[in-house]
Amino acid sequence: MSTFSWTGVLGPINGTLLMRNILIALLALNMAAPVFAQDDLLDLLGEEETGPEYTTASFKTTRVINSHSLENTAHGVLDFKIGHRFGFINGGANEFFGLDGATVRLGLDYGLTDRLMVGIGRSSYEKTVDGFVKYKLLKQCDLGCATPFTLAVVASSSITTLMSTALPWYDPAREDYFSHRMAYSFQVIIGRKFSESLTLQLHPGVVHRNLVMSTEDPNDVIHISGGGRLKLTKRVALNAEYFYVPPDQLRDVFRNSLSLGFDIETGGHVFQLHLTNSTAMFERGFITETTGNWADGEIHFGFNISRVFTLHNPRRKES
Amino acid sequence: MKTLKNLLLLSTLIPMMAGAQERYGTRSGHITFFSETPMENIEAHNHKVSSVIDPATGAIQFAVLVKAFEFEKSLMQEHFNENYMESNTFPKADLKGTVEGMSAAQYKVPGVYAVTVKGDLTIHGVTRKVVEKGTITVEKSGAVVATSEFKVKPEDHGIAIPGVVRPNIAEHILVKVNMSYDKL
Repeated sequence: MSTFSWTGVLGPINGTLLMRNILIALLALNMAAPVFAQDDLLDLLGEEETGPEYTTASFKTTRVINSHSLENTAHGVLDFKIGHRFGFINGGANEFFGLDGATVRLGLDYGLTDRLMVGIGRSSYEKTVDGFVKYKLLKQCDLGCATPFTLAVVASSSITTLMSTALPWYDPAREDYFSHRMAYSFQVIIGRKFSESLTLQLHPGVVHRNLVMSTEDPNDVIHISGGGRLKLTKRVALNAEYFYVPPDQLRDVFRNSLSLGFDIETGGHVFQLHLTNSTAMFERGFITETTGNWADGEIHFGFNISRVFTLHNPRRKES
Repeated sequence: MKTLKNLLLLSTLIPMMAGAQERYGTRSGHITFFSETPMENIEAHNHKVSSVIDPATGAIQFAVLVKAFEFEKSLMQEHFNENYMESNTFPKADLKGTVEGMSAAQYKVPGVYAVTVKGDLTIHGVTRKVVEKGTITVEKSGAVVATSEFKVKPEDHGIAIPGVVRPNIAEHILVKVNMSYDKL
């Protein structure tokens, strides 16, 4: 039986043994064949077509803590954000460990497409209105393409709406231009979800302030910063972010922003509870005007609440 | 000995010959599930369900890509994959079983046949034996359409639902299957 040339592999063995081997092999084949046929039934459909599959759920929400995360609000989804920072916890019992005072930011974010989101917010910190545009240039891919990370850019601006006389730089001898009230921030976010539990991102950028305290202070402040999250359970994650501002840009009173916190997701809401030395919740504020010193207990307890509403469903399919 | 060998060889070929018979398959079957509670209704559609029926043996198989379920709310879809189905770990749900109540010849005869599918249903990596009723319709054109409705309990497949959202998710999820098969 030349058909079974593979028996030759068995080498020179005596005839009866060889025959027995063939019989055993055939018997095994015989029994296996129908089972194979069933297991491989779906193989009859040929190679499965899978489109590119992008990584999802790298962060629970579009902010790490203060900073933008690599996540976007999905197309057609409105995200109402409530941010709250209590006073410094070193205020002691008389200040109820900071709970007596609070800084608030209310914001609305919206996904214009799955890659483009816009948002506005109003903070009590210097009565500031801020707005931003975030665009995802590259999406990390799990299957069907090879992008190893997500790349996004965020551009934002802020305007303080304090009365002229209340502005920190108020000077009756000088004309107060509207542009003095504005500041801008540009950030690049490069991030990767390394595993189900670990996501890390770098988000360096520059903050431009139209008006600074003196000619000594640079208008542009560069920062090198990053953040990440460690998922502890399906619905709870530990987040951290740090903004390093290289020296000789800010006055000594200002410090680097460091925040640590938890994300707790409960369906439509994400609760972010954290500790941070930053008071403001928009870029100019927390990158260039953080005064709190962790070592001295100048830490705010704070929270962000995110509630999403689906206003429009671009992918709706009828049955 | 030689005769015995030939006989064995021949018998090896028999299942292959039987397998050469016509089979029916699709890659674009439709599975929908519904969760109805007074709190909210949840509905998701999957239009990329793969399935093959082998009338000769009665064997039927389904493979469902979990990530292909589309929800009205994108966040719901993300949570479905991330928190409930854990679709990175368990990308597919499948069913391997047999169709009972229909002979191989009947797949050639137009009509509506009430059938029972018995088999192993694997969702979220947990396999359970199921026996579900369904209908197979053989159209005049020769097309084969299978439909079924059954209920699945998330907890039966090791899908944990936290107390906070328990009132929003039905105890039993209604699954509707609608498959249009082509001859392979």
